[in-house]
Amino acid sequence: MTSTTPVPTSTPTVRTPPLTEPSGWHEIRLTVNGEPVTAPVESRLLLSDFLRDRLGLTGTHVGCEHGVCGACTVLLDGEPVRSCLTLAVQCEGAELRTVESLAPDDAPLTDVQRAFHECHGMQCGFCTPGFLMTTTALTDRPERPGATEVADALSGHLCRCTGYRNIRRSVGRALDETYGECAK
Amino acid sequence: MKPTPFDYTAPRTLTDALALLADEERDAKVIAGGQSLIPMLNMRLARPGLLVDITRIPELGSSHVDAAGALHIGAAVRQHRAEADPAVRAGWPLLAAALAHIGHPQIRRRGTVCGSLAHHDPAAELPTAALALDASFVIAGPRGTRTVPAAEFFVATFQTAVDADEVLTEVVFPAAPGRGWAFEELARRHGDFATVGVAVVLDRAGDAVRSARIVCCGAGPVPVRLHSAEEALIGTSVAPEAVAAAVCAALAGLDPADDVHATATYRRESAAHLLARACTTAWERCS
Repeated sequence: MTSTTPVPTSTPTVRTPPLTEPSGWHEIRLTVNGEPVTAPVESRLLLSDFLRDRLGLTGTHVGCEHGVCGACTVLLDGEPVRSCLTLAVQCEGAELRTVESLAPDDAPLTDVQRAFHECHGMQCGFCTPGFLMTTTALTDRPERPGATEVADALSGHLCRCTGYRNIRRSVGRALDETYGECAK
Repeated sequence: MKPTPFDYTAPRTLTDALALLADEERDAKVIAGGQSLIPMLNMRLARPGLLVDITRIPELGSSHVDAAGALHIGAAVRQHRAEADPAVRAGWPLLAAALAHIGHPQIRRRGTVCGSLAHHDPAAELPTAALALDASFVIAGPRGTRTVPAAEFFVATFQTAVDADEVLTEVVFPAAPGRGWAFEELARRHGDFATVGVAVVLDRAGDAVRSARIVCCGAGPVPVRLHSAEEALIGTSVAPEAVAAAVCAALAGLDPADDVHATATYRRESAAHLLARACTTAWERCS
C-alpha cells in the first residue's frame, strides 16, 4: 500500500467500540500513512507483522522481535514505539506512520531522509527505518529537543555498521534544518 | 519468535475486566503497555489463554495529586507521561529519575508505571523507587479493594501481592516535600536493566539526617531495604566517615547472587560505590 494523500497532523477521533467478547480474531480500524484501513487480525498478530505481511509495508524492518534493536520503530499517534512489542489489535483507532509515509512514490526526500543521505548516516540500511522514524518524531516537536534528549532517543536504536558518528551528524543536520542552527 | 494463540479483549470497565480474570478456565492475564509481557509472549515464555487489555478503562488512565499531597498514578498511565509530568518532576524527582532509566523513550511511550511494578523484575528500577518513596498499591479484585504497602507488595522474582484474579489499579506516592534524594545505577548499556542500583531518600533536621530510606535493586529477588545503613546515617551530617559507616553496614546486609551479567563480588563492590555517591548527593539536595 502506498499513500499519496497528505499525512494528517491532527489526532483522529478515537472510536469507542462496544465491549467485544474475548476472541482470537478482531476487526480493527485504524489509519496507516493517512489512509483508513479495516482488517481482521488474529489477537496474537504483532503490529510489525501486520504492517509487513498484511499491508505489504516492508519498509518497517524486524530485527530482534523483543524490543532491543529499534529497527521496527514506527509512529503510533505521533510517538515512536516498537511495532514488535505492540499487538495489531491494540492499535484500534490509532494513527500509524511508517517509513513509507516519509517520501511516498516519487515525492522528494524529507529533510530527515536527505540529512541521512548527505551525511552518510547508514551503511547496510537495515536499522535506518527505525532511526528515520525516531528522528522524524524529534523534528515534529514545537521546540528543538536538547542534546541529552536526542542521545536518549537514539540510544533506543542499534546500528551494527556505522559506529553512530554519521548517524548523529545526520540527526544534527535534520534538527538544524527543522529548527535552525543552534549552539551544539 | 511469535506468540502462541490467545484471545484478547479490551473492556471499558474495571468490573468487566475483573469478571474475565475471575474465570479460571480462561487463563487470563492483564496487559497494559505490554513492554515486558509481549517479549515473553514472543519468546513463548508466557502462554496465556486470554489477554485483558486494561488501557481502555477510563478510570485507570489518569494521575493526580490529592488533597493530602499524595501522587496517584493509574494503571494505564504510560511511563513517558509520568516522567514528563511537571507535578512528578517537582514533587517526586526520584521517581522521574528512575523512570528515565527504563529501557528507551520508545519503550516508555508504551510501558506503564503500574505494569513495571506488577511485573516486578528484581533488576527493574521502579520497584526500588517505590519502596524508597514508601508507595502503596491499590489492588482491586473479586474480594474487594485493598491497599498494600511497598514493604509487602514485592514477594519474589516476578511475584507481587497481586493475585491472578486481581488488578493493580493505582500506585500512590505520599508527599515528600523538601527531601534529599538520589538514584544511581550501574548498567552495562544505557537502557538495560540495572546490574545494581541504589535509591536514597533523606530528611534533614538542622545539620543532621533525621530520617533515611535506602533501597538497593539487583541484589536479590526483591528490592532490599538497608535498615542498618539508614541507622548509620541518621544523626550524622553525612561526612565521609558517616558515609563509610553506612556503606559498611549496607554491605553486611547485601547478599547478591552470581549470574551471567555480574558476579556477586562485582555487584557488592559496585553497590558500595553507588551508595556512597547517592548518600552524598541526597544530602546535598536536602540542603
